[in-house]
Amino acid sequence: MAYPPEYKYTKEHEWLAVDGTTGTIGITDYAQNSLGDIVFVELPKVGAELVAGKTFGTVESVKAVSDLYAPVTGTVTAINEALATSPEKVNSEPHTAWMVKVTLANPAEVDGLLSAADYEKFVAEEQ
Amino acid sequence: MACWRFCVRCLRRWQRDIFECSGGLFGGRKTSLPEVSAVSNAESTATVRKTALNAAHRRLGARMVDFAGWDMPVEYPANAARKSGGLIAEHLIVRSSVGLFDVSHMGDIRLHGPQALGAVQHMTFNDASKLAIGQAQYSALLYDKGTFVDDVIVHRLGEEDFLLVINAGTREKDYNWVREAAKGFDCVVEELSDKYTQIAIQGPNGWRTLQKLTDVDLTTIKFYWFTHGTVCGLPNTLIARTGYTAEDGFEIYIPSDVATSERVWDALLAAGEEFGVLPCGLGARNTLRLEGALSLYGHEISDTITPWEARLDRFVKMDKDEFTGKEALEKQKGKGLERILVGLEATGRGIPRDGYPVLDAHGAPVGVVTSGSPAPFLKKNIALAYVPPILSNEGTVLAVEVRGQPVACKVVAIPFYKRPRRAKAAE
Repeated sequence: MAYPPEYKYTKEHEWLAVDGTTGTIGITDYAQNSLGDIVFVELPKVGAELVAGKTFGTVESVKAVSDLYAPVTGTVTAINEALATSPEKVNSEPHTAWMVKVTLANPAEVDGLLSAADYEKFVAEEQ
Repeated sequence: MACWRFCVRCLRRWQRDIFECSGGLFGGRKTSLPEVSAVSNAESTATVRKTALNAAHRRLGARMVDFAGWDMPVEYPANAARKSGGLIAEHLIVRSSVGLFDVSHMGDIRLHGPQALGAVQHMTFNDASKLAIGQAQYSALLYDKGTFVDDVIVHRLGEEDFLLVINAGTREKDYNWVREAAKGFDCVVEELSDKYTQIAIQGPNGWRTLQKLTDVDLTTIKFYWFTHGTVCGLPNTLIARTGYTAEDGFEIYIPSDVATSERVWDALLAAGEEFGVLPCGLGARNTLRLEGALSLYGHEISDTITPWEARLDRFVKMDKDEFTGKEALEKQKGKGLERILVGLEATGRGIPRDGYPVLDAHGAPVGVVTSGSPAPFLKKNIALAYVPPILSNEGTVLAVEVRGQPVACKVVAIPFYKRPRRAKAAE
């Protein structure tokens, strides 16, 4: 699955889509594929503060638990409620099944993230 | 997400930062990777062993994982040839139809000679004298203190001829222990593990799948019985109606060279195609056995746990004159238990996992989860856990601490899943 070129990526396998000062966060195809069938996504509440590099939730497959790490600092403005009942969407549509939206506190942080090409290279080395 | 890796002993990925491996429950046993011995046909390297089907798994795109020193498939992906795949699909196909497992990492020890029965009776807690030739039983090897060396399936090949099928992670330990325990008995102990590729064909259509490849009438073999017959042209193949999935199924033992192993594996996949067969990895094997509440060494049973605690009483034959560990078990029975295995079902939102603490209604820690997972067929989050007997009654409300938060659970009957009774012909 192609990594959308307009997204930014972390080495912890999250993606970030930026629209003005709003960031949308999800996990990558590589991440969902490594985890396997996803059965549970635990997300913060609206209003929670994310800190770049810190955990903000967890995603669980049948056999694995993994933390979600914030790509950027910001305040949660929305969570994807649909994932509570359909967590498998993260497997089938990883790059559209977003998890949280945040208002970016420090938009300059985005520049420190990986481009799609760099992320793809990084993932190729991981495999 | 942080980088992850698999816990070697519990099949579960864990994160370096936040997780502790569930190893070390009840006394901090170390994960001991088996020492590498001379291997005949199965490939071997200094650290990771491979079964003869390793290349076949990789061709199917399996996600491989180090399990007890073995490079094994944990699940197979969906791909063009197989529209479904992945742990949940693999689990469900075994409940509804048929799935195929490479379990060649399991070990095999044969005891034969004039006093083989005596040796087996001495070293196992079940009564092997009750076995007919061609019959198998669940049993276990115990230390003097009544705790587990390993659990085993004992097959009676002849009057004085037995095959013990043992766990992968404990092969060397078991073999050394069995050799020691057999001293003083006139019998030969042979380690045959590397001579066989062991394939499990599991599920209600398992017999229909295997039937296409053998001249043996499989409907005549009862559960926990076995026979020898021709499979894929291989004469004298051991065919056992056994498994570790809480489902009907067969396990076959074929020569461990790559060509033969791959030929039979591929033939089984082809034979099962009309039933929607899937190759299944250790991930599904673990969730299937958990739904059936079947013990896993290093989790529900270990060298610090006794069969009374693990609720395996029905297999322990205390009326036998003698077996290793019997005295300790008598003593513990007199004293009473401090902990006992229970089934838990999460009623709150959260998934109990191996090693998580169990809390009582007041939030005090009272025990630990030995195996916990979403149950793909039951569609519940379930766990096996040790708790004090006073908290073990069905319906008792407990909690499991999931990342610092209590998730409500209740004690339920085990097994969580029992296979439905089927038509006589398929039995």
